[in-house]
Amino acid sequence: MLNEEKYQKLKEIIKIYLPEDVAVTDIDQDSHFMNNLNINSANLVDIVLDVEDAFDIRLENDDMDQMQTVNDAMAIIDAKLAEK
Amino acid sequence: MNRRVVITGLGVCAPNGVGLTDFTSALLEGKSGLRHQPNLEKLGFGCQVAGEPLVKDNLIDNYFTPLERRGLNATGIVYGVIAGVDAWKDAGLEKNTTDEPSWDRGIIFGTGILGVDKFREAIHLIDEGNVRRLGSTSVIQTMASGISAYLGGLLGCGNQVTTNSAACTTGTEGIIMAYERIRQGKAEIMLTGSCSDSGPYVWGGFDAMRILPRAYNDNPTKASRPMSATAAGFIPGSGAGALVLESLGSAQKRGAHIYAEVLGGEINSGGQIGEGSMTAPNSIAVQRCIRNAMTNAGVEASDIDVINGHLTATTKDGLEIENWSMALGRKYDNFPYINSFKGSVGHCLAAAGSIESVATVLQFKEQVVFKNMNCDDIHPEISKLISDSCIPRETTNHAPKVIAKASFGFGDVNACVIFKAISKE
Repeated sequence: MLNEEKYQKLKEIIKIYLPEDVAVTDIDQDSHFMNNLNINSANLVDIVLDVEDAFDIRLENDDMDQMQTVNDAMAIIDAKLAEK
Repeated sequence: MNRRVVITGLGVCAPNGVGLTDFTSALLEGKSGLRHQPNLEKLGFGCQVAGEPLVKDNLIDNYFTPLERRGLNATGIVYGVIAGVDAWKDAGLEKNTTDEPSWDRGIIFGTGILGVDKFREAIHLIDEGNVRRLGSTSVIQTMASGISAYLGGLLGCGNQVTTNSAACTTGTEGIIMAYERIRQGKAEIMLTGSCSDSGPYVWGGFDAMRILPRAYNDNPTKASRPMSATAAGFIPGSGAGALVLESLGSAQKRGAHIYAEVLGGEINSGGQIGEGSMTAPNSIAVQRCIRNAMTNAGVEASDIDVINGHLTATTKDGLEIENWSMALGRKYDNFPYINSFKGSVGHCLAAAGSIESVATVLQFKEQVVFKNMNCDDIHPEISKLISDSCIPRETTNHAPKVIAKASFGFGDVNACVIFKAISKE
């Protein structure tokens, strides 16, 4: 899977969790889920589940703790896909 | 502090109509919301008839964001939010868009059990060893106070936000609790109501108790027969009703439309003593509840011209009429008009008291007494106590002055509230 394709897929997932005052165009690779995109911690749990479904992978507790930014998420997805 | 309390907003999501317009015309015409339920047939239920609000998907979009809709599997929350938000708008109130909670506005919105389908989802995942897959909304959709929490967030209320639960008295109890809070000066505006989930997991227990009629699966609109000689048990239902209660001062200041005044009420229990039990009412307590409600409201028995009963269409309907008759000291032709909406709505359990109170209050606006369904054959026990003319079988033109509404529930609990027409002084 191309990086760009992965990124778009991830953006699609994140989109629905954005609060009203944050636009899709505000998402970039360095965005911090909670600090920049104002996504609440409860919804971060749901993003993890959506990522698992979309990429057919399983994230462990440590992965979830490390997933702070969009880049972190991309790296974790890459690592999990490589393990497959 | 003894302030007057009025009703300024109504909202409803009922088996026979979603929204005030549809609900009102259904009540005027006696349109039934009771239908044969294929899923209950598939599951081998004895009673396969139930009342469930028909909520269209695009209607839900008006109340929930796409994010809120994801994984939303609690029908009670859907019904409660529709009714609650509608009542708020009907009262001419806006959602709070400021940075400060509305300190003088609160919510008492009851339920019996919430998010049953969501809970089932969670149970399956947990039993599969997959607790990590529950997602973030499992708790908020299944906690009893989920409904008041959802509404509290939507409306930005800063006063008491809570959920009451007292079986089938829940909705009526909530009105009295909200009334007392405003009367005591602790709040200016309270949204009160109740909701009940749909589905086999809510209704199954009643089917197992063999208290639901089994002979009407092919004839669903005839199945619920309050006060009828052929009453064979209640038809379960679901939905939500909501009322905005407000201090008279606040309502006048806003120039709000006033439906009626809440004069007062009473909540009590029969202690499951004497003839009272977990499932049967103690008549002494029922009569006392009605009498105390009148005292608290400052009305005489002779002031009441309309009653909306609990009247579920079981063998206990006759006993309920006897209790009303004893409490009021009125019988035969001297008895007020009495109706039950369960003939067309079913028994919406925790939502019953609020859906029926919305209907009760609409009678002031429409200046009618809504008809009773399926009781052309009035039970002889009831005919011995009150005149048949007290039980309108057609919607009757009559501008109600004082209406008593009661609900009774499992656990031998009772609630009675007194509404009064607003005088045009």
